[in-house]
Amino acid sequence: MNKNVIVIGGGPAGLEASAQLQNMGYNVILVERTHELGGHLAKWDRLFPDGVPAKSVLDSLLANIGGVKYFLGTEVQSVNLLEKSYNVILSNGITILANAVLIASGFDLFPAEKKEEYGYGIYDHVITNADLESFFASRKDKQAVPDPRIPLQPQKIGFVHCVGSRDEKIGNRHCSKVCCATAVKQACEIKEEFPQADVYCFYMDLRMFGRNYEDLYLKAQKDYGIRFIRGRVSEVAEDIDKKLVVKAEDTLSGKPVKVTLDLLVLMAGMKNSGAGQQVGSMISLETAEDGFFSCRDSVYSLQKSNKNGIFFAGACTGPKTLPDTLHEARAAALTVHNYMKNFE
Amino acid sequence: MADFGYSLTPSSRIDLNKADRETFGKLVKLEPDVLKCMACGSCTASCTAGVYTRTSIRSAILYLQNGREKEALEFIKGCMLCGKCTIVCPRAINTRQLVLSICKIYNLK
Ligand code: SF4
Ligand code: SF4
Ligand code: SF4
Repeated sequence: MNKNVIVIGGGPAGLEASAQLQNMGYNVILVERTHELGGHLAKWDRLFPDGVPAKSVLDSLLANIGGVKYFLGTEVQSVNLLEKSYNVILSNGITILANAVLIASGFDLFPAEKKEEYGYGIYDHVITNADLESFFASRKDKQAVPDPRIPLQPQKIGFVHCVGSRDEKIGNRHCSKVCCATAVKQACEIKEEFPQADVYCFYMDLRMFGRNYEDLYLKAQKDYGIRFIRGRVSEVAEDIDKKLVVKAEDTLSGKPVKVTLDLLVLMAGMKNSGAGQQVGSMISLETAEDGFFSCRDSVYSLQKSNKNGIFFAGACTGPKTLPDTLHEARAAALTVHNYMKNFE
Repeated sequence: MADFGYSLTPSSRIDLNKADRETFGKLVKLEPDVLKCMACGSCTASCTAGVYTRTSIRSAILYLQNGREKEALEFIKGCMLCGKCTIVCPRAINTRQLVLSICKIYNLK
């Protein structure tokens, strides 16, 4: 029996699913487009709700993939269905025949420059959530060049929620799920870094749904004095001192507000990975209106696609937290295992 | 009457039992998108008239939902129909058109 399983994407979902499948006795081939494993996790510093170092989670994932054959810097060139198995050709010239293909291609961060009115890439002191994580992560590295967009002593810092999410104008109506918790976490962290600074979060709804997330919110208010302003930022302008003038409505008092900031952090949301979609189009996988892949149903069969032998794990089927993604990876391994019994 | 040292003002409570749903229903028929508002305040924040007058589409929608027509109309009285709010609305509501429709349904010029 052919025990090959191909896993596409070497982020947390792909790593965890590969480890589980390998453990069950399958012959796992993991394909990663970039030159390192770990996906977005490899670039993150700390994780909500309680600030666990991203690196410790990544190390645990990597420690378990012994025996998994993986290819870095490798793309999927074609996928063809032959009777019941898939023939996958990789960009390194290798061809693999597998009964099951697991898509774990994850997400792309919303390109914040598309929301021009927020000035990312135009104004000097506008960064994204990912840029801020890189900044936090780089402080341990003495050689790293500090991000010039982050002032040495910022006095006022703002976080803009829902950038590229919940926005029909930009074509993403969905909520990206993790950015509220990320914003509150980063607001606390930046306050720790710059204790003299006033920190504002501009939100529409605070989606602190997970265990201990509400405590994180409370801590942000009580221990860090973060100011939460309920209103979407409508526009940002740069003044002659390169400071950022932010306009919103404080909807709770029903008055327009204006505040001048030294640093603005945009909570860029999630969209389906472009590279993942490319693979999806080779086997005509359906995507839903939000751009993410469609599962077989929305409750019971989240790991199955509409095609036999093609499975999903992680954020390729919609925004997910890291624990959600790891659960899905394990569920996907089991789903693949049950499917493979058809071939015995 | 005994002097208690304070006076009563008419209740400021929003009474949804008495709210006029019928006229609002007519507005919804004409502008179904009015129901999509998520009260984000982008329209109010970007409004060219909003800094000096109380112009606020968000508030107008909210007050209409609550059956407070008179107050609602106060929030669109200052509108100059410039359309800036329509550009920013993340729920893609044609707010400028909505102002015109509110005026039509609620007989305001
Ligand atoms: S999680 Fe919060 S910040 Fe992110 S899109 Fe949803 S509401 Fe907006
Ligand atoms: S159309 Fe009216 S409400 Fe909208 S921004 Fe212009 S003046 Fe303000
Ligand atoms: S911008 Fe649109 S969604 Fe936001 S408050 Fe105004 S009308 Fe409602």
